[in-house]
Amino acid sequence: MSVNGANPLRDAQDRRLPRIAGPSGLVIFGVTGDLSRKKLMPAVYDLANRGLLPPGFSLIGFARREWQDEDFAQEVHDAVKEHSRTPFREEVWQQLVQGCRFVQGDFDDDAAFETLKATIEELDKAQGTGGNFAFYLSVPPKFFPKVVQQLKDHGLAQKEGSWRRAVIEKPFGHDLKSAEELNKVVHEVFPRDEVFRIDHYLGKETVQNILALRFANTMFEPIWNRSYVDHVQITMAEDIGIGGRAGYYDGIGAARDVIQNHLLQLLALTAMEEPGSFHPKALVAEKLKVLTAVELPEDLGKHTVRGQYSAAWQGGEKVVGYLEEDGIDPKSKTDTYAAIRLEINNRRWAGVPFYLRTGKRLGRRVTEIAVVFKRAPYLPFESGATEELGQNALVIRVQPDEGVTVRFGSKVPGTSMEVRDVTMDFAYGESFTESSPEAYERLILDVLLGDANLFPRHQEVELSWNILDPIEQYWDKHGKPAQYPAGTWGPVEADEMLARDGRSWRRP
Amino acid sequence: MKIDLTETNSSKINAAMVQARRDIGTPAIGMVLTLVIVTDEENAYDALKSANDASHEHPSRIIVVIKRVSRSPRSRRDARLDAEVRIGADAGSGETVVLRLHGELVDHAQSVVLPLLLPDAPVVVWWPEGAPSDLANDPLGSLGQRRITDTYSCENPIGALAGRAAAYAPGDTDLSWTRITPWRSMLAAALDQQSLSVDTAVVEGEGDNPSCELLAMWLADRLGVPVKRTLSSGPGLTAVHLETKGGDIVLDRADGALATLSMPGQPDRAVALKRRETAELLAEELRRLDPDNTYEASLKFGVAKLQATRPAEPEAKPAPAEKPAPKPAKKPAAK
Repeated sequence: MSVNGANPLRDAQDRRLPRIAGPSGLVIFGVTGDLSRKKLMPAVYDLANRGLLPPGFSLIGFARREWQDEDFAQEVHDAVKEHSRTPFREEVWQQLVQGCRFVQGDFDDDAAFETLKATIEELDKAQGTGGNFAFYLSVPPKFFPKVVQQLKDHGLAQKEGSWRRAVIEKPFGHDLKSAEELNKVVHEVFPRDEVFRIDHYLGKETVQNILALRFANTMFEPIWNRSYVDHVQITMAEDIGIGGRAGYYDGIGAARDVIQNHLLQLLALTAMEEPGSFHPKALVAEKLKVLTAVELPEDLGKHTVRGQYSAAWQGGEKVVGYLEEDGIDPKSKTDTYAAIRLEINNRRWAGVPFYLRTGKRLGRRVTEIAVVFKRAPYLPFESGATEELGQNALVIRVQPDEGVTVRFGSKVPGTSMEVRDVTMDFAYGESFTESSPEAYERLILDVLLGDANLFPRHQEVELSWNILDPIEQYWDKHGKPAQYPAGTWGPVEADEMLARDGRSWRRP
Repeated sequence: MKIDLTETNSSKINAAMVQARRDIGTPAIGMVLTLVIVTDEENAYDALKSANDASHEHPSRIIVVIKRVSRSPRSRRDARLDAEVRIGADAGSGETVVLRLHGELVDHAQSVVLPLLLPDAPVVVWWPEGAPSDLANDPLGSLGQRRITDTYSCENPIGALAGRAAAYAPGDTDLSWTRITPWRSMLAAALDQQSLSVDTAVVEGEGDNPSCELLAMWLADRLGVPVKRTLSSGPGLTAVHLETKGGDIVLDRADGALATLSMPGQPDRAVALKRRETAELLAEELRRLDPDNTYEASLKFGVAKLQATRPAEPEAKPAPAEKPAPKPAKKPAAK
């Protein structure tokens, strides 16, 4: 990358000019996988289509399959045509296809990594990628050490005068210990600042909007504290089961799969103090502060719940229970639903519970953050007038139907005074572009630009495990998952958990 | 949903919009801006279509102001307003009001438009053709904080640039400038990669395409070096050469779609640089509503200061070699 200040054509006032990544390429390991076909390749194309990739950008696929460059190009072509967000345009494809290469091999195949090295050098000459490459490890975590070691052994992990970056996907370990080991393995080979952990939630527009909503406005921040907020509910629900992921999912479960990364990140963004700037260091410092302040309930049995979906009719289809899924041990104690209560020990949030829940085979697919406010201390209306009035709430809808809803009481038209809940809605689809960029587009571009703001750091990962580990240990020793019929909003135990606190779950 | 109103006024149109929204069941809508299109019957259809496409990215209330030509003294005296309100599927992702102004009312269009603007939302005025010379002081132009023109559609595009520069006010912008954003961003990216110091530059393109002049003026203004403007048969812009001591940086687009970027010491690379539709240009224009200082600086640099290979001065009549096919005959100039 060159110095922007030295480029006379760049001007901070010229805001039409987008940030284009410098000369670079992307190497995808596990390029035949679903993620690569459905998300990564289309995202690369969409970036090219929006003119955000540098000329000569190169894409190298690495997998076991016996493909030639042309087969790979065809595969990318098909994936792009099927899944890309922006329309397919031949000239963009022509630009992209010139830099498409495929390297065939196993992860312990030294010859394959030598070929990879030669391919990279060839691309530096033919496409002018300048030796800058990001290695995207779209492979199961058990292969991380191997791949990383191979990159090191073959001198691919570092190069004088250019950058090499590693991109890794969750899971970042399955507990604190394994996460630390993983970080150690990766950091031995790649410098800390060159490791990018993908949490695709952080690439979503709505998640970035949490910061805009909180810190660009005046009307929310004054009430964003324990004086006004009663509690916060963060929900990520999926309507699908585990599908073909039995091998990965069993033994991991909902809490490790979702709460540890996505939900704790959402919690951090919702609860953190205002950072001094949007410099990655400033942002991560605030997130770390709030994650350090998180406290677990004393009685984990009363304030955490896990569950497993059982066979039932869901949305008009009959689905099997978790224990009957292919490849699942019928005695498995893996959670497909998890709900926990956390508190944050600081002046802003003391005494305000944060309820986090996630699950598979729930009512519908939805992710949202609901900040529920306290009731008005005094209501000067006749009894009965406010019977239907609930608590005020501000809901950030992360997906689908991205937007923000505010719920408050309003008089029902008529001659008597009667107050009922109404909602005020801001929907992204209405106020902005119909197609906001996919999370992966933003994240891949940020990797190429070296902008680490939207990537969780290793300290965040370790702190999150710190929060979750005691819960997992408790679950291992006590009881077994509660059953809930597929297509409902989780086990009754979860409702009881909130009822004990005098609250109830929102129906998202 | 479509409602036709004849011999009407602004308050009746407002009432019709409220009624239409009620009828289709969406009483509240999150529109972000009002787009006023000032045009004539001939251009209204294309302009509205582009605006509707752009409204998928920027949901807006689109007000099309069509100034009807009166052909007799009687009809010139007879002021009349007809309107067509479109809401829902007929109107992109926002709502559309088409206004037809007859007679004397043609000179008082702002009185009709003002009550129809969205409350507390930005206003953008767009003249697809025939823009007034002083945008900011035009009765309709003064309603908007953003005023979009298109010098490419003028009879004498290069001369029009000088006019735009003379009357520039913050908020003015031109689609000829929007058209070159991908070029500018690719050239800036090229200089990001190698910090070479540019000695001279050449911009090559169609003779009557003001985008070439704007790009040349931008380069001259930013780089502080002589920039030469040469002619080619198009389509549009065809090439930019930045000459440096180490060799030339060349961005060459012969076919209007796929360009080649050559840089010293580097292999040639293909770059997609397709000419864009009006809807895309408009969508880019609506993305930022603050004054475009870079446009101002480039525009005010002045066409005259470019080294041109054109035979005639820019202000003079188009040279014979420059333009094989003249533009379609002009209708009476809009106010």
